Amino acid sequence: MVQRIRIRYAKRGPLRFTSHRDFARAFERAVRRAGVPIAYSQGFTPHPKISYASAAPTGTASEAEYLEIGVQTEVDPGDLVKALDAALSPGLDVLDAVVAGPGPGLADRIDASAWRIELPGVPTEAAAAAVAAFLATPEVPVERLTKQGRRSFDARGAVVRLTVGAGGTAGEAAGVPAPSEVTGVPCAILDLVVRQTNPAVRPDDVLSGLRVVADLEPPVPPRVTRLVQGTLTASGEIVDPLAADRDQVAIAER
Amino acid sequence: MSVASVFPRLEQLLPRVSKPIQYVGGELGAVVKPWESATVRWALMYPDAYEVGLPNQGVQILYEVLNERPDVLAERTYAVWPDLESLMREHGVPQFTVDAHRPVGAFDLFGVSFSTELGYTNLLTALDLAGIPLDSAERTDAHPIVVAGGHAAFNPEPIADFVDAAVLGDGEEAVLEITGIVRDWKAEGSPGGRDEVLLRLARTESVYVPRFYDVDYLPDGRIQRVVPNRPGVPFRVHKRTTTDLDQWPYPKKPLVPLAETVHERYAVEIFRGCTRGCRFCQAGMITRPVRERSIETVGQMVREGLKFSGFSEVGLLSLSSADHSEIGDICSGLAEQYEGTNVSLSLPSTRVDAFNVTLAQELSRNGRRTGLTFAPEGGSERIRRVINKMVSEEDLIRTVVTAYTNGWRQVKLYFMCGLPTETDADVLQIARLAHEVIRSGREASGSRDIRCTVSIGGFVPKPHTPFQWARMERPEVIDERLRQLKQAINGDRSLGRAIGYRYHDGEPSLIEGLLSRGDRRVGAVIRRVWEDGGRFDGWSEHFSYRRWVDAAAAVLPGYGVDLDWYTTREREQSEVLPWDHLDSGLDKDWLWQDWQDALGEYEQEDCRWTPCFDCGVCPSMDTEIQIGPTGRKLLPLTPVNSGLRVPV
Repeated sequence: MVQRIRIRYAKRGPLRFTSHRDFARAFERAVRRAGVPIAYSQGFTPHPKISYASAAPTGTASEAEYLEIGVQTEVDPGDLVKALDAALSPGLDVLDAVVAGPGPGLADRIDASAWRIELPGVPTEAAAAAVAAFLATPEVPVERLTKQGRRSFDARGAVVRLTVGAGGTAGEAAGVPAPSEVTGVPCAILDLVVRQTNPAVRPDDVLSGLRVVADLEPPVPPRVTRLVQGTLTASGEIVDPLAADRDQVAIAER
Repeated sequence: MSVASVFPRLEQLLPRVSKPIQYVGGELGAVVKPWESATVRWALMYPDAYEVGLPNQGVQILYEVLNERPDVLAERTYAVWPDLESLMREHGVPQFTVDAHRPVGAFDLFGVSFSTELGYTNLLTALDLAGIPLDSAERTDAHPIVVAGGHAAFNPEPIADFVDAAVLGDGEEAVLEITGIVRDWKAEGSPGGRDEVLLRLARTESVYVPRFYDVDYLPDGRIQRVVPNRPGVPFRVHKRTTTDLDQWPYPKKPLVPLAETVHERYAVEIFRGCTRGCRFCQAGMITRPVRERSIETVGQMVREGLKFSGFSEVGLLSLSSADHSEIGDICSGLAEQYEGTNVSLSLPSTRVDAFNVTLAQELSRNGRRTGLTFAPEGGSERIRRVINKMVSEEDLIRTVVTAYTNGWRQVKLYFMCGLPTETDADVLQIARLAHEVIRSGREASGSRDIRCTVSIGGFVPKPHTPFQWARMERPEVIDERLRQLKQAINGDRSLGRAIGYRYHDGEPSLIEGLLSRGDRRVGAVIRRVWEDGGRFDGWSEHFSYRRWVDAAAAVLPGYGVDLDWYTTREREQSEVLPWDHLDSGLDKDWLWQDWQDALGEYEQEDCRWTPCFDCGVCPSMDTEIQIGPTGRKLLPLTPVNSGLRVPV
């Protein structure tokens, strides 16, 4: 292995129903179709060197998923993006790639996510009231079925920010492709920033929290998109986990 | 007139069902065309879950053949699981295609491929969800023409009420011919409506339209005759045969799913047809004659199929793959090309023969030698003569010993239970054979770390085979034999420990037998089972024997027959069989003679290497055996590089 490449990709539209396992299989095939000189692990059953940062839940769209691959010969990240994107189904879109530099690994650069939650059929005022109630409550216990069985945990503590957007119609959230083909339905839009915790608080946990504190019951399933993942700064910004690698490349080129 | 996607409505339901990705489409190789661009539109269905249906070769081939035509569009649909079915009913979402999520009811033709009769209830679910009346007779010009295909369509009588037409045999050319007839009829302004287009199809003599045939019964319940009730409708409908497989190198662009499916590989059919003559095997009887795909075309398909799909496994498919006249060169050629890559090659459906171990060795250059599978099918030499599976015990032992000494640790052996003339002793021989396999294997390999799995399937007599007249054994008898066999295998603790044992209960086979050899009266049973909630009958967790028995008991006595009459009753030579008017090319007299030979324990040779024995197919279908060797080579000879370097 001569190089490690970090890649950002998106899960959009209908293909947001791709599970992480499904994506991993599709990505391995895309690597072969694109002719990427992927490195393999040693041993009896060699596996391609691909590792994933925390993946968005099945059914949730994302503009910011990350993975890292190892290659046997040097590749140009820009060409890699094009080749991999062409080899994946539309809706699984490769957006960015950088050569991994020194410093902390991907996982260590991700401790928060920003999500957009569209609630078709929910009036903005009702959402705003529920959000206010949620934020005013110091602890909001919710339940979820995890691999360890049914667990109860606090959905409030991990929430860094929760705001109600201007509202409008589904499918036109600023600069973000609509996660679905539904357009023109009035809906409330929530912007959520969550710190990574254990167990992870996911958007559906926050929605459960809104149900707990304010009986907010969306008439149809909400549509959720992860917009950003990265390091949370003191000022509440989320730093792109590929930025550090990109800066190093820039320094090296200078 | 355009047709709206149902996806916006479906999408609301998907977060509430298991594995939603199976309903989303988006496969590589999938084709979505504008609705208006096509004059003829097909919805193709494999009537099982997506994970089983997607890899189906038949549907993939027809999908590609149809979509290559600029004025034709084809989309796919699969059986939805009960969780989604109930939500679709609740929210009024119709059966949809996965390609563009268009309602199935909007298409001109609805083609359903039946590999097994156990998909019949799923057909009814799909029709009902699509808003298509279950009864063919109640459909109007607004409804698609429902066409059945696949092996089960060689006796479509049990679903005669539910389908408008059935096609026997190879589909590549048949779908295009049907498309042409429908296209012309539509261009003329659909004169005479549904009846007229069905009549035009029937007059080709290769599309069976059940409504144009009347079935008369004798007082004892047997069929008296099946006759056309319209002028110009042929007395017999003939199967289709695609000759020259090199002209039809499909699938070129295999569908690569996002969801996990039962086969994740690029499959290339290296030949079609089989004349080994196993008497239980419907596939081997109805797909004659043998037509090989040339080594060059196989090589090209593998190369391009892998490049297109990114699959890392290749399956060389056929009914008996090692019988290809150039299989040695194909295997060594491919093994050479892909040596050192992560591509693995597999050769399913091989016969019991040491040569196959050599082939498997070639193919496993890259990978592991985990398991080899052989199918002696019968436990005793006697029963193997009855079924015409010409494998001696010596062959079998030699073959598995070769496998064990060459590094394979695991051998799987397939057998059947319930075969004609079978006794307890025939089945118990399986235990002795398995013991011998382990004993010889341990001795030859010098290792105790070897295993053998014995897998038993239930015999089901099928139409157009020499066993079409045979009686089925009762489930209780089958289950008792299987119990005794288990005991016998474990009778020797040391050997039994190395033997795995898998089997199916006799009950599902009996129902499959009812559906395989059923006539139009069985349609009422299928409908009742479906109304009673029957779905996914090929899945043991969904299949209910009780439901079928109850439905049969409620419906069949009205016709003076019962479940036993269809299953455990032996037929006489003179009986009119429900599929006699459907011509697979096999001469009924020859089939009867072969049945008598089975009872007399006489074997039948393979006509590829011995003179023709007059099964009737070639002259009646105007076909011939197409086999090599061609003497040509798998091109190119240069190894394929795994890493196409991306320039820096």
